[in-house]
Amino acid sequence: MSETAATTFAALPAKPDTPRSAVTEGRAVRWTLIAVAIVFLALFLVVPLATVFVQALSKGWETYLATFREPDALAAVRLTLIVAAIAVPFNLVFGIAASWAIAKFEFPGKSLLVTLIDLPFSVSPVVSGLIYVLVFSAQGVFGAFFVQHGIQVLFALPGIVLATIFVTFPFVARELIPLMQEQGTAEEEAALTLGASGLWAFLTVTLPNIRWGLLYSVLLCNARAMGEFGAVSVVSGHIRGLTNTIPLHVEILYNEYNFVAAFAVASLLAGLALVTLLIKSVLEWRYAGELAAGGRH
Amino acid sequence: MLHDFDLDVRAGELLGLLGPSGSGKTTLLRIIAGLDFPDRGRVLFGGDDATGLPVQKRAVGFVFQHYALFKHMSVADNIAYGLNARKRADRPDKAEIKRRVGDLLDLIKLSGFADRYPSQLSGGQRQRVALARALAVEPRVLLLDEPFGALDAQVRKDLRRWLREIHDRTGQTTIFVTHDQDEALELSDRVAVLDRGRLEQVGTPDEVQDNPASATVLRFLGDAVEVEAIAESGQVRVDGRPVPGVVSPAGLIGPVKLYVRPWQFQLTEPSAAHLRGTVRASHRSQGRQRIEVERGEGRPLLVEDFDGERYAAGHPVGLRIVGGYVFA
Repeated sequence: MSETAATTFAALPAKPDTPRSAVTEGRAVRWTLIAVAIVFLALFLVVPLATVFVQALSKGWETYLATFREPDALAAVRLTLIVAAIAVPFNLVFGIAASWAIAKFEFPGKSLLVTLIDLPFSVSPVVSGLIYVLVFSAQGVFGAFFVQHGIQVLFALPGIVLATIFVTFPFVARELIPLMQEQGTAEEEAALTLGASGLWAFLTVTLPNIRWGLLYSVLLCNARAMGEFGAVSVVSGHIRGLTNTIPLHVEILYNEYNFVAAFAVASLLAGLALVTLLIKSVLEWRYAGELAAGGRH
Repeated sequence: MLHDFDLDVRAGELLGLLGPSGSGKTTLLRIIAGLDFPDRGRVLFGGDDATGLPVQKRAVGFVFQHYALFKHMSVADNIAYGLNARKRADRPDKAEIKRRVGDLLDLIKLSGFADRYPSQLSGGQRQRVALARALAVEPRVLLLDEPFGALDAQVRKDLRRWLREIHDRTGQTTIFVTHDQDEALELSDRVAVLDRGRLEQVGTPDEVQDNPASATVLRFLGDAVEVEAIAESGQVRVDGRPVPGVVSPAGLIGPVKLYVRPWQFQLTEPSAAHLRGTVRASHRSQGRQRIEVERGEGRPLLVEDFDGERYAAGHPVGLRIVGGYVFA
């Protein structure tokens, strides 16, 4: 949104009598469009976001901080961090491997793989969660196996991690595939002719070429991993202090009419979103050329 | 797509692979480098079979059409890449690498550019860095894919001359791919002409121009006009008059096609000529003039002559043929 606005301002003629290009609208039309966009943004994004912080601090700093001294809240924060710490690196590795394969090689089933990678974006997270319940519950396909071996998947950390990986795995691959396709294989081939092993070429040539795209996608992947509600809600079982992530904890507090605590915990997620947005904008502004043009989410 | 052929590259020579696009010359170069693998056939380096050898072990220097410099590395790091990529036991020490990079920067006349990045260089400079990077690993053979393809005309000419100098100085066995006849003929010790995956001819620039092996080679090396002729007893006749300097291949009798270069025509009196027509247009360039001659039917002939007498459009002229090529 901000990019669009910036472009429009830059295209403003210096003087009213400067000849306009055919695609530029009249002054009144332009200002109306900009005003509509700003009002819309304020109403639907800025005001609600501000409300989160206002509500969280409505009973003062003391109450706000007290929310985080509560063991269940601490457990939720810890669980969220653990889940992200497993899911994000996993998707990083998967994303690099998948985009490497798709961008640099030809193989049968390639377009099917590309389509499958996008699947989590088109499936409702609740459905993703239900799939895992069906697969891993005691009556499910793999359920019996895990029950026999005493491994608890559903309503425990493994289930939550699996559901999180499922909903976040397109982020890295979707950013890197167009980026790697655009860069082609010439630099890697050059490295190989100079005697570099495949791994050395990857570390010294491929990885530096995709580093900003990678950081960008990891950032978005992390934000989603920490904020995911639907899929995690289905597989978690909502056991207080055990299987509640931050978003689930917010819901519980809210349902108990504990609004201040709910908003206080929610402010963590809102803060994460703002930091993510800030770093994302800096990356887009500073390294626009090294990010995939089509990879903006 | 390549068909079966043998191509022998001599140590120390500069060989030009010449062919139109799609003729398989880049494929051949990539097979030699080990970037592509042939369905059958072998690649030998000085008698050693390298067919199964991975690209890293082939010790080739490859210069890519669009240079493929490492964008995130300085010029010096680009050149040193091949040395730094070696296993510790084979890797020269830091001071030695630095010295080698310095020597190569001198060679490519970019001494002050060690710390620049590829994006800060012009096309010609990038090309030279790519060459230095390939030379740094002391390859057995240097392979260049359309080395001047992406440069403008003047830079291209300078670099051509410079590459020839470097080759003369280093004696590096070099194969380069080009679709530009002038480039191949000026630069190469020998030229290999490829067409649709077949090797049409290998020879010195003089050999391929004086004795083209086929009409394909002839046509690819320059403009030629097809003239209906009759071959008989070793002679080739056009309009009943023998063409001087053309010997028809043994046993060839009857109607043939005579291929004539634009400069193998002389303008003369219509009564003493092989062909007759009228001038359609003429233009001058670099001390020569090119005259289009119309002959009732077919495409107008393109004739090249010294920049002497100018002919007005519609002027009747006779053409004497003073050379040409006949293929069995």
